[in-house]
Amino acid sequence: MGKTLFDKIWDSHIVMSKPEHPDAVYINTHFIHEVTSPQAFDGLRKRGIPVFRPQKTRATADHNVPTLEQHLPIKEALSRHQVEMLTKNTTEFGVELYGLGHPYQGIVHVIGPELGITLPGMTIVCGDSHTSTHGAFGAVAFGIGTSEVEQVLATQCILQYKPKRMKIAVNGTLKNGVLSKDIILYIISKISASGATGYFVEYAGDAIRNLSMEARMTICNMSIEMGARGGLIAPDETTFSYIKGRQFAPQGAEWDKALAYWKTLFSDDDAAFDKVLTFDAADIEPQITYGTNPGMGMGVTQHIPALDQVEEKERPSFKKSLEYMDLQPGSALLGKKIDYVFIGSCTNSRIEDLRLVADYVKGKRKADDVVVWIVPGSKQVEAQAKAEGIDKVFAAAGFQLREPGCSACLGMNEDKVPAGMYCISTSNRNFEGRQGPNARTFLASPLTAAAAALTGRVTDVREAFGH
Amino acid sequence: MSKIFQHLVSSAVPVPIENIDTDQIIPARFLKATTRDGFGENLFRDWRFDANNQPKADFVLNNPIYSGKVLVAGKNFGCGSSREHAAWALADYGFKVVVSSFFADIFKNNALNNFILPVQVSETFLDKVFQAIEADPEAKIEVDLENQLIRIVASGEQESFDINAYKKTCLLNGYDDIDYLLSLRQDIEKYEGTRAFNF
Repeated sequence: MGKTLFDKIWDSHIVMSKPEHPDAVYINTHFIHEVTSPQAFDGLRKRGIPVFRPQKTRATADHNVPTLEQHLPIKEALSRHQVEMLTKNTTEFGVELYGLGHPYQGIVHVIGPELGITLPGMTIVCGDSHTSTHGAFGAVAFGIGTSEVEQVLATQCILQYKPKRMKIAVNGTLKNGVLSKDIILYIISKISASGATGYFVEYAGDAIRNLSMEARMTICNMSIEMGARGGLIAPDETTFSYIKGRQFAPQGAEWDKALAYWKTLFSDDDAAFDKVLTFDAADIEPQITYGTNPGMGMGVTQHIPALDQVEEKERPSFKKSLEYMDLQPGSALLGKKIDYVFIGSCTNSRIEDLRLVADYVKGKRKADDVVVWIVPGSKQVEAQAKAEGIDKVFAAAGFQLREPGCSACLGMNEDKVPAGMYCISTSNRNFEGRQGPNARTFLASPLTAAAAALTGRVTDVREAFGH
Repeated sequence: MSKIFQHLVSSAVPVPIENIDTDQIIPARFLKATTRDGFGENLFRDWRFDANNQPKADFVLNNPIYSGKVLVAGKNFGCGSSREHAAWALADYGFKVVVSSFFADIFKNNALNNFILPVQVSETFLDKVFQAIEADPEAKIEVDLENQLIRIVASGEQESFDINAYKKTCLLNGYDDIDYLLSLRQDIEKYEGTRAFNF
């Protein structure tokens, strides 16, 4: 019996496997940020122990940083203290920090790949559920809690039960105007926000295989939104050519040896999955969510389910959700007026996202009463956008290009959508209050968000492509 | 935080909503603290308080007839963000047990690491628990970890629940994962010696 890609990586990282015990799994790369790490460092201090392998942990400040005037001290005292604690902790424990002002600073799941730190075959963890993003490289990457961050700092290992394996194949060719964000929103809408809980997902099929690395990251990023422990894609030439030459990637003879190993990283033909789902790319239209979890999504031209289409048991939660969104069961979203557009987050803030948006809006102007925030994923993305003149396209369109961070994806800093307002967002969660108390979120692709920025309404981006 | 869990009899607080995500349990804007303390006052913040920080009368935590160390919630509890602050907020507020028909993976780990017991029951039993609390807000729920049983005390209806043997031992005795991992140091170093690459 062959092995799945997930099993190959997991099994080769087991330090100890005892009956009745979770596996002790070795972690190759540990990313930390300011919000979920301070209590873990405190734990080390209380035990009087150092970071076991400080060179395998990298830190950045992203969740709670301002996205304007980053060269100035952070105004809000609690946020400033949290970011200062990261500097203090990483200095004291000898961990590399890409903090505010550093040319590598950015959203943790954007900088790992772009710096060549994220590599195929790795085990990667971070105190952030979107760590699944790194799975796009054929890595086993998943989010953890702060007690687990402390485990990794203390021992470079984590205790985990092995999840089940699911394969999701997407076959065929995507239609015009449909992006990888639409693929993953479509899958989640079909299997629900808990449809993959307990599983580690491998994405396969030619529609996935034909995606760029950045598009693959968007897919793996949202694995957690269907409850999966993580998601991964077997590495291929697209992966290898993306990695080659990046700052921390292997070079020379090391590269050749690494490449030979990476080429063994795929699921064997006879590998068994606990569950297999198959979708047809041609069935996918641009997606939008209407509710308060990412499973409540649909094609942009479709109607919100009517009450009698929802299982009776689920109706109270469904009604609560639509009341929060101030939407009617059975209604359409197309043409719905929106107030904010947020293009950013670890899901869609990379240079390809910004290029797509810039190409689409070039020479055009945003709707008058819409606020448009573009928040690049990293300093490197920001610099690249400026080098390509994308900043000028955005300025001419009336979009505000801000500085890197998680920003309005989670509304932890001051970038919040005001109460009652509707925001089309390229981020990953539409939970109540996620983008600010009583803010209302429609999740969508960068193109659908860009189209809404121009019209001020929920728009079918395919109209601009003549279907 | 009490580093032990064995047995509990308590009234319960019902939140019969599905897919309660960790942003509801503790919104991101309250994650700025650098210690583990004090998160309980912001537990379910935006369901509990209005924009003027006044308690919302219709939310269960503001209803004095409900109290206790057991939270009973709809399926897929704890989905979304990996923030352990959600478990800290529940513990700080005084909850020792969360009962649901389904838990998100990361939350389950975070709860156990904070000696909060997630008790996963069938949909049918969950309905019975909700009904028991509806009939009597002071209805007692008994949770017996050693025997892996949850019981509605008044009716005697009970169901067994799963927990892995390792975590059960940790909870019953107050052991934590880091103690165990630190004991594997030689194995970890030996493993490192077998790998040519850091992947």
